[in-house]
Amino acid sequence: MSVKLFLAALPVVLLQAGCTNLGVEPWERGRLANPEMQLMSDPISAGLDDHIYFSKEASSGGRGFAGGGCGCN
Amino acid sequence: MQLKQQKKISQALTAATCSLLGMNSTDSLAEEGDWTFDSAILYYSEVDRVTAVEPVITAKRDFGEEKALNLKFVFDTLSGASANGATPSDQPQTFTRPSGKGRYTASAEETPLDDTFRDNRFALSSQWEQPINQDYRTGFGVNFSTEYDYSSLSANANLSRDFNKRNTTLNAGLSLAYDTISPEGDIPIGLSSMAVDRGQADYRDEFNASRGESEDNKDTVDLILGLTQVIDRKTIMQASYSYSDVSGYLTDPFKIVSVEGDDGRPVEYRYEQRPDSRGKHSLYWQAKHEFESDILDLSYRYFWDDWGITSHTVDLRYRWMLDSRQYLEPHIRYYDQTEADFYRRFFIQGEALPDHVSADYRLGDMSALTIGIKYGMELQNQQQLSLRLEYYLQTNDNTESVIPGILNDMELYPDVEAIILQLSYKF
Repeated sequence: MSVKLFLAALPVVLLQAGCTNLGVEPWERGRLANPEMQLMSDPISAGLDDHIYFSKEASSGGRGFAGGGCGCN
Repeated sequence: MQLKQQKKISQALTAATCSLLGMNSTDSLAEEGDWTFDSAILYYSEVDRVTAVEPVITAKRDFGEEKALNLKFVFDTLSGASANGATPSDQPQTFTRPSGKGRYTASAEETPLDDTFRDNRFALSSQWEQPINQDYRTGFGVNFSTEYDYSSLSANANLSRDFNKRNTTLNAGLSLAYDTISPEGDIPIGLSSMAVDRGQADYRDEFNASRGESEDNKDTVDLILGLTQVIDRKTIMQASYSYSDVSGYLTDPFKIVSVEGDDGRPVEYRYEQRPDSRGKHSLYWQAKHEFESDILDLSYRYFWDDWGITSHTVDLRYRWMLDSRQYLEPHIRYYDQTEADFYRRFFIQGEALPDHVSADYRLGDMSALTIGIKYGMELQNQQQLSLRLEYYLQTNDNTESVIPGILNDMELYPDVEAIILQLSYKF
């Protein structure tokens, strides 16, 4: 199976799996609503890290857009 | 007393933010506590190389009903030296400064570093987010940054859709960026020989012959598709695919590559030349799980591009609650990349130069390790203070099959070490 096909199919499969078995009721979200449980809980540090690694390594992006907006040396 | 002072700072910042936006701060402050601020100052220092100091402040105004405006100001100041790509030698080496006016030297056996590196960068971003209806949310943003020889302008939009009682979210985002580079001394012609002023009468002509346009551009289109899934009461996960198409001037105008004689001593230096397009792909996965009160945060990224680079990044953090207000968060990150197809540490005289060449260590075969710890504490009135200290070590590996003469005694792949120190304050 090509990578493209796999990538296209992945969300659909996960979505269906998610719909049937995973998740919580709205009143069970107490802990998940805490700021420290957000997937991006410290955006400033994440931004600073992205800037450092963008300028020191050849990879970028993943959790956000890959563009660096700097002429980093 | 402390609270009163705190309120004053917050109000002063609100007024400053509003005046920058041309908004009336008394209108904006209709409800107290609408604005929240997050700030940090980063100190980054490499051993014998670059040092950066980077203050950041973000301001968020919550308009209720999930509508919010986010503003971010970043200022960074960089100084120090950066490896120019040339190999060390057993004799001192002389290089021309990017401006063409003046020279810099590297002592014998020393990695050649361009010590003229100094810059200030200012970046401003704003992001608006709001729901469209019960299931759809959208966001728009613009970013601008400027430094002495570089500027960048970008705009982005994203759309997300919730399913399954908001346990599943699909997200799609698009970003367009336009960057301009205008280096001191104009853009060097790729693969041309570096003219070095040794007192010859026609040095200036030689230098000018190696120069092209005064500025060039780079266009970037970024796409991201993501899926977030709540697993259970204490676990959340996300997976995303992102694609970045970059075209235009992707070369580093300050980097060169050494052409060595059979004895391993440099005969000349050529300006590097990279392809004028690059397609980058990433698959990213992240999970967060809360134990009794501690939180585990694990992520993995697989990256590949059409320059022949592939990389793996694993990042692990563990927030260890010391008590209800304080925590310690150890962090470890491991990164490993393969080299670009056109990466060469050096050339040997007589070898045909390919169309694209770079000796920039950041495009070479390398691995990197970050180890750090963060201490955080909650103060009164939901203020938070944290301090993190990290150590970064980058190790480059040799992929040259033949190493001539004296280069066998040189350190061709020095490690890069850095210290990262960050103080954050949320109020």
